[in-house]
Amino acid sequence: MIAAQIPGPSWLHSLPTRFKLLVLLVSGAVLFPVDDILILATCVGLVIGLYASLGSKGLVQLRLLRPFGFMMVFILGLHAISGTVETGVSVVLRLTAMVLMANLVSVTTRMDDMLDAVYPIFLPLKWIGGSPRKPALAVTLVIRFAPVLLNVYGCLQDAFRARTGRHSSWRLIAPLALQALKMSENVAEALTARGGSKGLSNND
Amino acid sequence: MSDRSLVQVAFYAALIAALGLLPPIAIPFLGGVPITAQSLGVMLAGIMLGPVRGALAVLLFLFLVALGAPLLAGGRGGLAVFASPSVGFLIGWPVGAFVAGLIMQKTRQLNVLIAAVIAAVVGGIGVIYGFGIPGLVAMTDLTFDKAAMGTAVYLPGDFVKVIIAAVVAQTVARGLPQALLSRA
Repeated sequence: MIAAQIPGPSWLHSLPTRFKLLVLLVSGAVLFPVDDILILATCVGLVIGLYASLGSKGLVQLRLLRPFGFMMVFILGLHAISGTVETGVSVVLRLTAMVLMANLVSVTTRMDDMLDAVYPIFLPLKWIGGSPRKPALAVTLVIRFAPVLLNVYGCLQDAFRARTGRHSSWRLIAPLALQALKMSENVAEALTARGGSKGLSNND
Repeated sequence: MSDRSLVQVAFYAALIAALGLLPPIAIPFLGGVPITAQSLGVMLAGIMLGPVRGALAVLLFLFLVALGAPLLAGGRGGLAVFASPSVGFLIGWPVGAFVAGLIMQKTRQLNVLIAAVIAAVVGGIGVIYGFGIPGLVAMTDLTFDKAAMGTAVYLPGDFVKVIIAAVVAQTVARGLPQALLSRA
C-alpha cells in the first residue's frame, strides 16, 4: 500500500520536510482570512505553477483531485441558492489553493520522511512513561495489517458466495471484526514473545 | 500501554482502512446515494474497543492519512483532506468514537443491541455532525442551515450504518463475549 506520490527527484522532493510543513502551515494561516478574488485566483495560479514546475507528472497529479472538484461545484451551488455567489467564488478559490498546496507537500514527501519530521510531537509520551517510538510501531502495524484484513474479507466473501450465490453482504463485517480481534491476540503474543513494545523505550 | 492494547488499536485502525477500501454500496431505497463502510468502522471502533482505545484507533488511522496514506474512502489521503471543507467530520471522528465507547461502558445493564444503537446514534452521528457542520460553516462561509442541508444526503446512509454497527456488536457479543472490550 503506497501513498499516491509524484516520483522524484525534483527540487520539491529535495526540500527538507519540516520546511515544507512550515510553509504549508504559514500559507494556510495567511490565506484563511483573505477574501479578495483576484489575490486568491493568483494564489491558485501560483500553486498550479508549482505543479507545472515538476513537469507533466506534476500536472497529471491534478487530475486525481476530481472528487474535490465535485465538492467545490456543490459548495458553489449552495452559495448560489443563498444569493452569495461572490463569497462562494472566493471560498472555492481559497479552498482550491489550500488543498492543492497541502496535496503538493504530501505527494512530494515520502511517508517515512513525514514520520521522521513529526517524531518530536511524540516526545512528551516519555513524561507519562510511554515510548515515543510506539506510534511509529503502531503505524507499521496498520500498514501491514490493512491488506491482511482485506484478504480475510476476500476469504469471507468467497465462502459467502459459495453458500448463497450472492456476491457480498454487510453480514460479513461481524466475522471480519471478530477475526481482527482474534488475530490481534496472536500478534500481541508474538510481539511480547519478541521482547514487547516496552523494549523500545530502553534504546532511546 | 500494553502490547495487547497497542495491537488492538492498530488492528482497528487497519479495520477502518479496510472498510474504506471496500467498494461503496449503493442502497436502492435511498435513491442510490453511495455509502462507504468507513464511518461504520469509526462507530465500531468506539463500540467494540471502548472510549480510550476506540478514540486512539481512529486517531492512529487519521495520523496515517496525514502522513500520506491514501486510506480514506475513494483513495483519498495526505494533508489535503485536512484543508478540505469536510475536515470537521474528520476531527469529529475520534471524539465520536470516544463518546460511543463511553456510552457502551455506562450502559452495561442494557441489551447490547439497544446500547449499541444509542452509542452509534449519539457518537457516530450526533457528535460527528456536531463537529462536521460547524467545520463546513467555518471553511466555506455557508450559513448553518445551508451547510446542514448539504450534509443531509448522507444522513440516511449513516442511519443504515447505525443498524449494521449494532447488529455487528450483538453478533460479536454472542459469539465471543470477551471481544466486546468496551464492556470487558
